[in-house]
Order: sequence, then structure tokens, then C-alpha cells
Amino acid sequence: MSWPDYPRPEGVHPPLATPDYRSTALRAPSKPLVLLRQGLTEITGPLLGSDRVAAADSDLTRQHSGEPIGQRIIVHGQVRDSDGRPVPETLIEVWQANAAGRYRHAVDNWPAPLDPNFTGAGRCLTDSTGHFRFTTIRPGIYPWGNHHNAWRPAHIHFSLFGRAFTSRLVTQMYFPDDPMLTLDPIFNSVPSPAGRAALISAFDLAETQPDWALAFRFDIVLRGAAATPFEDPHDD
Amino acid sequence: MTEQLTPSQTVGPFLAIGLPWPDGPDVVPPGTPGSFVITGRILDGQGAPVLDAMVETWQADPDGRFAHPDDPRGAIQPAVPGFRGFARSTTEDGGAFRVRTVKPGALPMADGGRAAPHLDVSVFARGLLDRVVTRIYFADEDNTGDAVLSALPPDRAQTLIAQPSADGYTFDVVLQGLAETVFFDV
Repeated sequence: MSWPDYPRPEGVHPPLATPDYRSTALRAPSKPLVLLRQGLTEITGPLLGSDRVAAADSDLTRQHSGEPIGQRIIVHGQVRDSDGRPVPETLIEVWQANAAGRYRHAVDNWPAPLDPNFTGAGRCLTDSTGHFRFTTIRPGIYPWGNHHNAWRPAHIHFSLFGRAFTSRLVTQMYFPDDPMLTLDPIFNSVPSPAGRAALISAFDLAETQPDWALAFRFDIVLRGAAATPFEDPHDD
Repeated sequence: MTEQLTPSQTVGPFLAIGLPWPDGPDVVPPGTPGSFVITGRILDGQGAPVLDAMVETWQADPDGRFAHPDDPRGAIQPAVPGFRGFARSTTEDGGAFRVRTVKPGALPMADGGRAAPHLDVSVFARGLLDRVVTRIYFADEDNTGDAVLSALPPDRAQTLIAQPSADGYTFDVVLQGLAETVFFDV
């Protein structure tokens, strides 16, 4: 019996122990990870479908009686695997701060206003070609306690499943030309320049809706299975 | 052609805005015959419970099958009604996660061996720049011959064994330190 193999990403993800991000100090494992040979539990995964998503879930500006304050934006893109194959019908969940940089959460109590018309959570499934689209407002930059005068670059949290347990990903989408990016230890924890660039969305004039909303494109690449070995049709 | 993979970033302290589901902890619906609860805490390097973590589990059905097209034996709809295979629980309620499930079956390995019944576990939290992955095995199952467990020193393997409790099993995850749980590079 044989099954797909998901090649391990080398140098893609941040090291768990990243001292500049202080919360890693007591939470990052201290022992080396143990290599796990992928079995059936790893090459399968939850295929969560449309029963988890309502059509309105992808518009974060229409979840209350009024419109949220802020710059209305469209965030869209394609989910692919590392061989460029689209990942269709996969669940994407997003959450974010409001335009003032405040989260609707008990732990966030810095003195910026909550917006009664903004919760900051959305969901959708990618379509048959792996594309997704959210309407939301641009989140604000906010301070955090990591170091003196620390501010998180504006970001939207993304959670994706992909096809298998191995392809599960939680990440953050950033905005181009944010002056906080190069100062941010979480963004900077990504080891390679190409990896960091992959987390920054691109302004998309073609998808920008005249007199309505700016568009940003964020493509996401998940771990994929290695190509199936070629089977010789003459080999019987 | 290999594309640049999107790197992981921490789930942060505010995951509760977007990720909890009302039925998140339920691999199987409440009242499912034979179901039980796995509870546990996520502990940091000083033994303090992590109150802003999220735990996800994924497992085979009781027959050791998956409703997934990449299972080379074929995708099977599970015999247990409402079986999802997947659970998600935060630790915001006093630091404990909670998963309602049934025992998975043993699994065949590519080399002909047998994998003892297990759940794959992902832990996400502020301070974790990538998820950490571990496994839950069961103290009252036959774990002999499991290639993953037997490759570990006995005291390390013990960190992967859930212990029976009044309504199921307990399984604490120690993120860091002498009693650190085994975490896998998958």
C-alpha cells in the first residue's frame, strides 16, 4: 500500500524559539521535533464543507445594522499547493481588528474605540478554482507589550485546512508599504525574504471597485503532495 | 515547479473572535453510544496553564477508516452517525480543552506494520509561531509494536498516552521543560 507524500518545508516557517517575540520564551518547545513518518492520519484531513459557511459570512461589513467605520476593502486571492494546483472547496476563516486597531475581545483593552458595527470574523470556502473573496474594512495598527513602543503592522489573520492534516496553516496577511513591517518581530520571524514577501498582499487596481472599495490580492500556497510517480502504460 | 509556501504566523491572543465553533469539540454528536471526553490542559515552561490556546484533533473512525479520497483503501462513510473525525476546542474555559469522541481504529502502515489507535493533535497559541503537533494514544489500548511509540525513549513515549478518567481520558500537553510532550515534525 502506498499513499501521497507531503514533502517537508525547509526554512519556510518561523523557528518556534524566536527570542525577539517574547511570548515564545515559555511556550516554544525546548527539545528537537521528532520526525514523523507520514501515515494515513497525516495524509488525510477534515474536508469541511458548505455546512460551515453562510453566504453572508464573507462580508464583514454587513454583519450588523450599520456599516463599520473604516476604509472598505476587498481581499481576494487563490489558494494553491506547492505544485501550483488550485485547492478547491477548502474552508478559510479570518479575524481582525477594527479600523481603530481594536479587537472585539475581553483581553484587548487599549484605549481605542470598539465599533458597534464590526465583529471582525469571516468565513468562506474557496471555489472550484481555489479562489476566495472577502469584503471587510482595513484593520488598524495597534500597540502591544512586546517591547518599548511596539506596534503590530496592520494584518488579517487567516486559517486554512487544505487537503490533509499536513497542509493545515494559520498565518497573517499584511499590507504593502506598512512602515511597521520591518520593525515587527512576528513578521521578521519568517526566515527568508521570499517568505516574508509572500505574507504581504498586493494592491489590485483591476479588482478595485470604482466608487466602492479598494482591492488587495493575497495568494496562499499550502503544502501539497509530491507528484504521483509516472506509471508506464506499457508496463503490465 | 515549486511555489514559495506561505509561512505560518502565530494565531495570536484573539483567536476566539474567529475560530471557535458551537459544535467544535464534537468529533461525534452528544449522546453517541460509546463516546467519551478527552480533556487536558496546555502548560507552559513554568507549569502555568495556557488560557489562550486552541487544540484541534483529527482521527480515523472506529473501523480505522477515513472519509477522504486519499486513503488508498478508498473513502468510507463512517458507521457512526455524525462522525466528523475533527474537533476544535479553545482553552479559554479555565485552561482546559475538551474533545468528545469515540476510539479510532488501528491503522495499517505503508511498510505492513500496524499503528496503534491515535489522534493527531495540533496546538495553536500566542507565542507559537507555528502550530505544534503531537499525538494522543490510549493507556488501555494495545500500543505494542507501534513504530512511533517504540522509537521513543519510554519516558518520552509516556507523554503521548492519555490516561483514563471518570468520563473518558485526560491528556495534558507540556509545551516546554523536563516533562515536555513529544512534538512531531510532520
